[in-house]
Amino acid sequence: MDNNKNWIDQRFPLTKVWNEHLAEYYAPRNFNFWYFFGSLATLVLVMQIVTGIFLTMHFKPEETMAFASVEYIMRDVNWGWLIRYMHSTGASAFFIIIYLHMYRGLLYGSYKAPRELIWIIGVIIYIALMAEAFMGYVLPWGQMSYWGAQVIISLFGSVPIIGPDLLVWILGDYAVGDPALNRFFSLHVVALPLILVVLVFLHIVALHTVGSNNPDGIEIKKNKDKNGIPKDGIPFHPYYSVKDVVGIVVFLMIFSAVIFFSPALNGYFLEHANFVEANPLKTPVHIAPLWYLTPFYSVLRAIPPMFGSQFPGVIMMFAALLILFALPWLDRAKVKSIRYRSYHYKIALGVFVVSFIWLGYLGTQPVTPMNAILARIFTVAYFAFFILMPWFTSIGKTKPVPERTTE
Amino acid sequence: MSEQAIDLKKRRFLTGATSVVGAVGVGFVAWPFLSTWSPSAKAKAAGAPIDVDISKLEHGQLVRVLYRKRPVWVFRRDATAIDDLKTLNQELLADPHSKENQQPAYAKNIHRSIKSEVAVLEGVCTHLGCSPTYRPEIGAADLGGDAWKGGFYCPCHGSKFDLAGRVYAGDPAPTNLVVPKYHFISDTLIRIGVSPDAHEVKPIFKSNKLT
Amino acid sequence: MKKLLLTTISVLAGIAVSFNVLAAVSGVHLDSANTDIRDQKSLQNGAKLFMEYCLGCHSISFMRYNRIGEDLNMSDADVKENLMFNAEKAGAPIVSSMSKGGAIKWFGAAPSDLSLVARSRGTDWIYTYLRSFHADDARPFGVNNKVLINASMPDVLWELKKTKSAGEFDNDVRDITNFLDYVSEPAKLVRVDLGYKVLGFLLILLILSYLMKNEYWKDVKYGKWRAKD
Repeated sequence: MDNNKNWIDQRFPLTKVWNEHLAEYYAPRNFNFWYFFGSLATLVLVMQIVTGIFLTMHFKPEETMAFASVEYIMRDVNWGWLIRYMHSTGASAFFIIIYLHMYRGLLYGSYKAPRELIWIIGVIIYIALMAEAFMGYVLPWGQMSYWGAQVIISLFGSVPIIGPDLLVWILGDYAVGDPALNRFFSLHVVALPLILVVLVFLHIVALHTVGSNNPDGIEIKKNKDKNGIPKDGIPFHPYYSVKDVVGIVVFLMIFSAVIFFSPALNGYFLEHANFVEANPLKTPVHIAPLWYLTPFYSVLRAIPPMFGSQFPGVIMMFAALLILFALPWLDRAKVKSIRYRSYHYKIALGVFVVSFIWLGYLGTQPVTPMNAILARIFTVAYFAFFILMPWFTSIGKTKPVPERTTE
Repeated sequence: MSEQAIDLKKRRFLTGATSVVGAVGVGFVAWPFLSTWSPSAKAKAAGAPIDVDISKLEHGQLVRVLYRKRPVWVFRRDATAIDDLKTLNQELLADPHSKENQQPAYAKNIHRSIKSEVAVLEGVCTHLGCSPTYRPEIGAADLGGDAWKGGFYCPCHGSKFDLAGRVYAGDPAPTNLVVPKYHFISDTLIRIGVSPDAHEVKPIFKSNKLT
Repeated sequence: MKKLLLTTISVLAGIAVSFNVLAAVSGVHLDSANTDIRDQKSLQNGAKLFMEYCLGCHSISFMRYNRIGEDLNMSDADVKENLMFNAEKAGAPIVSSMSKGGAIKWFGAAPSDLSLVARSRGTDWIYTYLRSFHADDARPFGVNNKVLINASMPDVLWELKKTKSAGEFDNDVRDITNFLDYVSEPAKLVRVDLGYKVLGFLLILLILSYLMKNEYWKDVKYGKWRAKD
């Protein structure tokens, strides 16, 4: 055994990698509930890739066959229904986990120096994931797949001057059809997964370079013992690996409950209208993207057309995403964790979370005058969180940060 | 509180138990994934037994049908051909008495068929899966001249079979051609895929149910 | 940490409640179908009624005859006798024999495939729809529907409605609805039971892994892992 290990180690840094990233990677000892979501996201990524590989073996990315091939998977392929539900539920689970993971970052200031790059890579992952999910949702070729794609792709048509040509180029046709389905399939199963895997790898490399933040927002590397090991650190393996196993099992229980008892989750994970095959002649009464994209869809709808163009709304929608990149520099607070921040930040974060959830909810609903007003209010609140951040993070009284982590 | 509270035995047991149960779980999850590769209900429905009408099949004539995506030959032998089957012996053929299990019990005879006249064979060479060509002409010069009593020749690697699908000795193909399950519904109608004793088509969705 | 989690949960709950207040109920009231996919008798009766009254126009083409036999415990002979009016092969998809051209001529639209109608419309809708035909001389077939106004479908169940008591008729419609629910997702027959087993298994794994984690974390509590190296 040891001989084999030496043989490999002379040719590949196996032991070194193992130690650096697991056995001797020192993570703060005070991780709480919010620190499960990184490993859970990795798990779901792997699960999506594996289930996706098997779905690809039976799916037909062709206009007249796609819808039927999904039902073929659901009925004729042995256990196909289970794998399809794992994949469709996995998509929503991925976003729930990612949103909680990002919220953790907001709670404990994990995006602040020296972790700006981790945050930036993370936001790129988030955006890539949205593209991945959107294109994946087109593939079953139901009414929502089709009309959702039509609506979202039409946004590109609103770009001044080049818009109409750009639209036709993206679709390879004059409307959503076979070419779009086929290229989205390719991007969904090959290009974006590759990009995601590379980005996740970079995200983890960046994290392991600076070390993990923690609920106290303290740099544990500032306090080392005589062996050079952080006093508040513990080896990731076995301590956090066994803890993550518990988190993973709990997650799998919730995940299984959805898959086996309510895979469509009342239309939130699989929309009712998507069980009708795409029909270019008949728009469904109410079109909504899946829940994880609706906050941004709400922002889009909240902005009225200006100068006879929908483009300002499109800009605001993308701005709502891109502004996340600026977060590390907008936050002027001296402390990282919400535990020691002023109440100004706590209120602002609360308002932001409520606005984001409301925007998400409104995006699933038809536009009514009342909803439109609410969407505008919450859009303003969403942007205010970022724009006012330099101000509300530099005022107010913060609590003293302890030297060592607290229990 | 002291270090005595740490019980390494218990720890080893729990680690082992969790790993074993976890591995069983992974096995359970792997099963559905692997079983998606088995024929789907659609493939099974497409592979349902087929009927072949032989009322117009003349002596020496061969029809090819597809059963489960493989060529199946149905052909009618004349009296000479049936007689010739008896004269072809151990020296020429690898397995003249069909000892290898390449046919159902009811076709384990000298003509390898239910009726001596009508032959049903899977047209797939037992060497590497090419489909041999039908060469009924007796004494074909390229196939051994006078010794050739009609049969099949595989273009891929030169294996020869007689009119009962028995392989010639020394050829690359190791065994005789396969005789599929079949039975006569009437004198002129053959059902391929079902043995004479089992008429009912078995339900095919078992695998989707939890057993 | 606890306080934070509690705050988060209460905020979420508050938001959820306000959503419900905002979501105004609209459209026609739908009666609860109250179907039970475990009721095999009901599914068998529904299958038979569907083949008699619906398959003339509507296909359920994602479904195969022998799948129904297998799932609903009917022998091949039963399936052949009671269900297979249009097809020869047991593995064939269940397709109506009506031609599309003819359908458009007679009804103005091709009757839709009902394989997934229970997933797109819901069982309550089907149940209420089939019971909501009423006389209306303005329509080609002399009937209209309260749920789907100006539906191009005639009241195919009128004969049942006439010969049976209201309760019996409702039961028949419920059976058809139940059957369509099953047809929309045959896996439903197995997935719920399987779900309990999976959760049971995971619960065992949870207990074991939690105990394991506690054992390891005793090191952290007593600072013992440092002593090792």
